[in-house]
Amino acid sequence: MSNTNSSLLGWIDARFPLTKLWKEHLSEYYAPKNFNFWYFFGSLALLVLVNQIVTGIFLTMNYQPNASQAFASVEYIMRDVPWGNLIRYMHSTGASAFFIVIYLHMFRGLLYGSYKKPRELVWLFGMFIYVLLMAEAFMGYLLPWGQMSYWGAQVIISLFGAIPFGIGDALTTWIRGDFVVSGATLNRFFAFHVIAVPLILIGLVVAHIIALHEVGSNNPDGIEIKKNKDANGIPLDGIPFHPYYTVKDIVGVGVFLILFAIVVFYLPEFFGKFMEKDNFIPADALKTPQHIAPLWYFTPFYAILRAVPSKGLGVLSMGASIVMLFFLPWLDRCKVKSMRYRGFISRIALAIFVISLFVLGYIGMLPPTPSRTMVARVFAILYFAYFLLMPFYSKFDKIKPVPERVTFK
Amino acid sequence: MKKIVLAFISAALLLPMLASASEEGTALDKANIDLNNTASLRRGAKYFVNYCSGCHSLRFESYQRLAKDLKLTKQEVYDNLMFSWGKKKEIGSYMTIAMPPESAAKWFGTAPPDLSVVSRSRGVDWLYTYLRGFYLDKSRPLGVNNIVFPKVGMPDVLWQLQGFQKASFKEVADKDGTKREVFEGFQPATKGSMTPDQYDQAVRDLVTFLAYVGEPGKLELHRVGVWVILFLVIFTALAYALKKEYWKDIH
Repeated sequence: MSNTNSSLLGWIDARFPLTKLWKEHLSEYYAPKNFNFWYFFGSLALLVLVNQIVTGIFLTMNYQPNASQAFASVEYIMRDVPWGNLIRYMHSTGASAFFIVIYLHMFRGLLYGSYKKPRELVWLFGMFIYVLLMAEAFMGYLLPWGQMSYWGAQVIISLFGAIPFGIGDALTTWIRGDFVVSGATLNRFFAFHVIAVPLILIGLVVAHIIALHEVGSNNPDGIEIKKNKDANGIPLDGIPFHPYYTVKDIVGVGVFLILFAIVVFYLPEFFGKFMEKDNFIPADALKTPQHIAPLWYFTPFYAILRAVPSKGLGVLSMGASIVMLFFLPWLDRCKVKSMRYRGFISRIALAIFVISLFVLGYIGMLPPTPSRTMVARVFAILYFAYFLLMPFYSKFDKIKPVPERVTFK
Repeated sequence: MKKIVLAFISAALLLPMLASASEEGTALDKANIDLNNTASLRRGAKYFVNYCSGCHSLRFESYQRLAKDLKLTKQEVYDNLMFSWGKKKEIGSYMTIAMPPESAAKWFGTAPPDLSVVSRSRGVDWLYTYLRGFYLDKSRPLGVNNIVFPKVGMPDVLWQLQGFQKASFKEVADKDGTKREVFEGFQPATKGSMTPDQYDQAVRDLVTFLAYVGEPGKLELHRVGVWVILFLVIFTALAYALKKEYWKDIH
């Protein structure tokens, strides 16, 4: 790649900045050398995105977005399309894997302050990706047209009905294209799932990476490596992304794929968590399942929704629980980025936040009982406290001195 | 980092406490099926076409697929598993039924569902318990009820094999004093053509067959998966060695 005189590459470079792009984003993009375990999940998210797009294309070849044939066409894929079951499981497992990877990626951001100046836009683009991903997963889940697909969509869409002044009902009808979830809803969700949302997603992923490469990557120490450069202007603690992080990320890819393959080949339903039992019953508008729960990646927010006694406020709280994350760069007033150099309070706050997320996620899977609702309320308050009190505790928390250079063993 | 791990562990330990007051209902018996047991699958297919396929279709399973997966010849399928209901079926046909759903709904209260993926929606243990859980109940139109599917519309089709059974209940009082009936056990009322052990095995065969029909490609995925994972392990080991080699200059 370095030889710009080679005829073909020279010809291309005169017309398209191929070598320039390669250098800027790979061979001469200097990343901090002290990336740890938490830094695998960005490239893994990209891998899962590619997996979803490729398997999705093959599924689309045989899927029928039609209320009378959708369920049967999925079973057709499972049985009569060569390797259709493998492709479908890669797609369904990929959806859950996407959220696992993204949640770990976001946790990394919280842990090392990756959202802080100058990376606010990286974080915001990432948050838009996350919200779109939720929309993508939600609409994709309607497509198998099972009972959970149907009733999950029914419940979630009806949440928009909580908007007052007569807007709510009109809005839900507009979203569904009908007075109940029906074939019209399936068709438009299919359109959004296979083209509209992925198109915007890819655009945002590009923006996310361009913004990141503009400012440079953060690292576990939260030190700006661009502050210490050598005579050639290369960061002293930086190493070229390619080959160092490409070879390292391939190891991460290998480990991830082993785990992914175990689930795809042996546990595709993942104990009812990745594929729900009730979704093997075709959608029936006249039979409401006893217990409607969204898939695991939505359950923390679903628990917050149910924890609030009024529907309107519940929807508002659920929305707020996600909107909060957007404001993180401005809520955090700490002078240092990384948790390594923050004090006791910040660490406890992050731990409480993560525990709240787990507890809410767990309660969101179960049918509500009065005691569970009480627990959900406590942890919903803790969840919000993490954000709302952050301007105070992050400012007054003790900080440790940050070293000049990254720590690397 | 250690604190975070500690917090995760303590949270994980607390979570089950929330589940304590959950799902009651009759405990399910373990079906202990073996999808690799072709003999069991064949017997299950036989029971299915003899006892179930009058009312229940398997509309996603073709006879051809069945022949291939159960290692049967086309002729064996024609002779033993394919009944012609006036309309001639081909080997490529799906295992549909002739009973019109509208009439069925009139006769049974609800149309008998297609059972292609019932093993995935109900689970094999539920099916195993259900098919052994019919008992005499005069309050029901067909004279039988089911312990895991109360007020079921289905008659006890396997009664000739199992014999009818009675269920005994005992009354217990909850903490708050409300009384409810709890299932105690079954007692045989009439003798069937099979012993209880034989009957359990017959039901196990049937459930094995339904589990196979629920996901015919499952065993193939299991077979391929080993090689895929083996490849990935070698791939990862090589990738790790490559990474070590590249990174040895980084200090």
